[in-house]
Amino acid sequence: MHPNAPVATPDTPPEKTLVLVGHGMVGQRFLEALAEQGLTTTHRVVVLCEEPRPAYDRVQLTSYFSGRTPDELSVTDAEFIEKHGIELHLGDPAEHIDRRARTVTSRSGRTLAYDTLVLATGSVPFVPPVPGKDAAGCFVYRTIEDVLAIEAYAKENATTGAVVGGGLLGLEAAGALQGLGLGTHIVEFAPRLMPAQVDDGGGAALLRTLTGRGLAVHTGTGTQEILTDDAGAVRAMRLSDGAELEVGLVVFSAGVRPRDQLARDCGLAVGERGGITVDERCRTSDPAVYAIGECAQAADGRVYGLVAPGYEMAQTAAAAIASGDDCDAAFTGADMSTKLKLLGVDVASFGDAHGAAEDCLDVSYADSRSGTYKKLVVGADGTLLGGVLVGDTEAYGTLRALTGSVPPVPAEQLVLPAGAGAAPALGPEALPGDAVVCNCHNVTKDAVQACATLPEVKKCTKAGTGCGSCVKLIGQLLPQSGDQGLCGCFAQTRQELYEIVRTLRIASYQELLDRHGRESARGGEGCETCKPAVASVIASLAPAIGADGYVLDGEQAALQDTNDHFLANLQKNGSYSVVPRIPGGEITPDKLIVIGEVAREFGLYTKITGGQRIDLFGARVEQLPLIWAKLVDAGFESGHAYGKALRTVKSCVGQTWCRYGVQDSVRMAIDLELRYRGLRAPHKLKSAVSGCARECAEARSKDFGVIATASGWNLYVGGNGGATPRHADLLAQDLSDAELVRLIDRFLMFYIRTADRLERTSAWLERIDGGLDHVRDVVVDDSLGICAELEALMADHVTHYRDEWGETLADPERLARFVSFVNAPESPDPLVAFVPERGQIKPDLPLLTLRPLEGSSAR
Amino acid sequence: MTTMTTMTDTSTAADAPAPAATTDGSVQLRLDGTWLTVCAAARLTPGRGVAVLLPDGRRQAALFLDRAGRLYAIDNRDPFSGAAVLSRGLVGSADGRPFVASPLLKQRFDLETGRCLDDDEAGVGVYEARVSA
Ligand code: SRM
Ligand SMILES: Cc1cc2nc3c(=O)[nH]c(=O)nc-3n(C[C@H](O)[C@H](O)[C@H](O)COP(=O)(O)OP(=O)(O)OC[C@H]3O[C@@H](n4cnc5c(N)ncnc54)[C@H](O)[C@@H]3O)c2cc1C
Ligand code: SF4
Ligand code: FES
Repeated sequence: MHPNAPVATPDTPPEKTLVLVGHGMVGQRFLEALAEQGLTTTHRVVVLCEEPRPAYDRVQLTSYFSGRTPDELSVTDAEFIEKHGIELHLGDPAEHIDRRARTVTSRSGRTLAYDTLVLATGSVPFVPPVPGKDAAGCFVYRTIEDVLAIEAYAKENATTGAVVGGGLLGLEAAGALQGLGLGTHIVEFAPRLMPAQVDDGGGAALLRTLTGRGLAVHTGTGTQEILTDDAGAVRAMRLSDGAELEVGLVVFSAGVRPRDQLARDCGLAVGERGGITVDERCRTSDPAVYAIGECAQAADGRVYGLVAPGYEMAQTAAAAIASGDDCDAAFTGADMSTKLKLLGVDVASFGDAHGAAEDCLDVSYADSRSGTYKKLVVGADGTLLGGVLVGDTEAYGTLRALTGSVPPVPAEQLVLPAGAGAAPALGPEALPGDAVVCNCHNVTKDAVQACATLPEVKKCTKAGTGCGSCVKLIGQLLPQSGDQGLCGCFAQTRQELYEIVRTLRIASYQELLDRHGRESARGGEGCETCKPAVASVIASLAPAIGADGYVLDGEQAALQDTNDHFLANLQKNGSYSVVPRIPGGEITPDKLIVIGEVAREFGLYTKITGGQRIDLFGARVEQLPLIWAKLVDAGFESGHAYGKALRTVKSCVGQTWCRYGVQDSVRMAIDLELRYRGLRAPHKLKSAVSGCARECAEARSKDFGVIATASGWNLYVGGNGGATPRHADLLAQDLSDAELVRLIDRFLMFYIRTADRLERTSAWLERIDGGLDHVRDVVVDDSLGICAELEALMADHVTHYRDEWGETLADPERLARFVSFVNAPESPDPLVAFVPERGQIKPDLPLLTLRPLEGSSAR
Repeated sequence: MTTMTTMTDTSTAADAPAPAATTDGSVQLRLDGTWLTVCAAARLTPGRGVAVLLPDGRRQAALFLDRAGRLYAIDNRDPFSGAAVLSRGLVGSADGRPFVASPLLKQRFDLETGRCLDDDEAGVGVYEARVSA
């Protein structure tokens, strides 16, 4: 667009122009506040954005390394920008401000006349002036571009990296390096980690835990020089104590400086230590210019390096612009409370964490074994002033909201862990109505409680949509938030039902419902949610609780979804599909011919599936036993395409044929498929085995994937294709065959035991407390002492496995149910009809198009 | 509308309702004022349905037995998909009323009235059913 070109429709030209410089988190929040104030209709709004992409969630930057894509990090809604007619210029920073003429000039040469100018330029990482700081392999950690550059460089050039700075951002950066699989050092000048947030005790607890996770931490040490190789790339780092660290990459994360150069150049007042000086309305020394976020020095003289105060400034500035001189919004300072999960460790600090107030006392609790440290700062009159929590931040939401008041129980009780001494019976009920529950959006307990559900709270108040640290507390404040029940029939979760079935050896759904169901559901019919879920629990525990493993016997038959009931997959016209098991995807020509012959004889549509096997579609109920009789005869078994059970273990051709293969991936895939076939689980299970790191079998997209190494196998878990793809995480390396199988046994049984209904391993791994580390503790290091039991359960499964189709065919009573009509066993369903397409059949749909039930999910 | 009957309870639960012995008798559906015999009562499993082909050779009913031994019959055709599959859905109860959930896209139908619980505008026909000695 031509500079100064009008944007709005010619008949209603907005009178005024507002220019925003910087489209970071605070800039975007400011635009939303403008829209809320109705200013986007009265103003032409132009945004100059230096980065090549619109605002994204910088706070979550590190989640890129656990799979969040740059797109997923975005906090900018294109529809919002368009709807409000905002002109957003990407990759075009402001370079010059002429306050007299009231214009801003951008790098591309745009000159924009403004009535109001808002600066939200954020900060720039501070790089200490050490020799070698500009060498190839030196980075900062602030933007998505930084992250992409670090990733690209690390892949080619580094196995070890160092982070300069052990503060919040340094630990974030260290998390990123670990996520890239690099050996990671942290060098911190101060005597403890996170010096700005935690005290010595907290720093010590943090240090212990992080060292335990494989990080090398060097505190009380400065960085003296970056040493380079002949090509000028980083090869090592010299520390102030003379030590040399061999590293291929360095990330500087030694703090940030406000980006106030533009303001300085045009003569706006700036603080002594940087930051554009603003008043309580966020106005700079020029009343037409505002500054918000990390680039501003607030009226209280501080520069806030956190997002919540920035959001508050954004709101304040928008309100001030809207109401002119009668503005009553003011930003007078903010709480520096933070709650973070850094490298898997929870850290929180709130209020006066360092005990700066006069006459204050502190109460602390430390448990070095578990890496927990808690300190509360209390005023002389008992008022809670602030605190630090490391390792266990459970109480953060409540404590933060209580800051400034006298807690209803003595402070020492608040730091003791649950179960030690008197219970710290301090629930969210204790909070006053005006306690601020969500700091990011300044939302009180009363405002939260005016809503009924979390989605409603997020929509109406925005609480919980910032850093997310208050979501847990919000959940506790909402009605029936305690109800985690499986469905209207059971108040327990699937995991709890699993434990009830296992320990009380309950093999009957009715018994479970009548004894353990909700009062109102006892004696009833149950429902379509809990019936299959309980059937699956009973089936996966069958040998251990003395139930019949055959899923169609007795009461079990009535619980199964239709697919399990007919041992085939229901299709849209009422016909079924048939998927024989082809372990590892390996099949002899003779067996292939049998499949072809069966398909031809019954006129079935035939397709190679995405799971390395063959699906035969269009069978009517009464044809299923006839089809399977032929397949079983030729040595096929059920492929369990219908069950929440093991699907396939895909393989690549591997060492036997492939010039790159280092192990026999086909044999391992077949072994694994035969071991786990028929295993019932909360959701389907998929696996694959690749013969080398080229990964032709796509094992890292599987629930458990195996990749060959020169000396054995690497086991990855929690992968998923489908709607929410996730790459699997490495659980253990270089395993022998026996070690591999043992670990998978434990992993699968632990998942079956603790996952929710219809929760794939990927979602489960993300949900459970402690995530992958916890799972590794349990299944590799046996931290719960249950591995023997998990292995025994799997051994039971393996010995009791029987082919469901083989069993069904052998029993005339079971076969009797495979009819379309109970009163006309010979008649086919007249509504199941087909028409030809590309030389095969397709359903001739009776008439209607399928319209999914809202909230229903594919089974 | 429905007639009480008792069925062998196949569950092994210690305190599940005592299995009564009446597996004989046959199930009948009422069609145009006459009773059509469809199958032996023993063919039904509590909590599961079967499909019945009606004499015109096209229409179908879905017949269900609940755990208390009550019979229900509704039209077998799922109005959302057009496929004749309701007999293959799972039976449940909500607020004490029995329903079947379509096996295709899970909409629920009240077994006594045929009303769809998830869409006010949809529903299926119902039939009277009984066990005759
Ligand atoms: C037949 C097949 C497509 C094909 O023609 O290739 C298929 C067909 C169905 N898939 Fe699939 N999926 C098939 C491979 C896959 C794959 C690829 C793979 O396994 O390598 C994926 C992605 C990988 C993954 O699961 O992580 C896949 C992800 C899904 C999902 C999404 C799962 C998720 O976690 O997001 C569903 C829905 C669900 O399970 O809830 C689904 C559900 C289904 C259902 C069961 C939907 C339904 O209820 O009707 C389809 C029925 C199959 C049938 O009637 O026989 N299918 N489906 C493939 C059968 C493979 C096999 O041999 O068993
Ligand atoms: C890895 C990491 C983790 C963090 N974790 C937390 C956390 O857990 N909690 C928390 O509260 N805070 C956290 N922060 C800090 C938080 O991200 C910042 O406080 C917040 O992003 C500040 O927002 P802002 O809009 O003021 O600045 P920024 O988000 O930096 O945005 C400023 C934007 O302005 C652009 N810009 C600068 N100059 C110009 C110009 N001349 N013309 C045009 N555009 C320009 C910049 O390119 C940038 O895009 C974290 C930061 C990082 C890097
Ligand atoms: S993963 Fe490796 S061994 Fe397997 S086919 Fe691909 S290149 Fe060959
Ligand atoms: S406190 Fe950050 S979203 Fe509520």
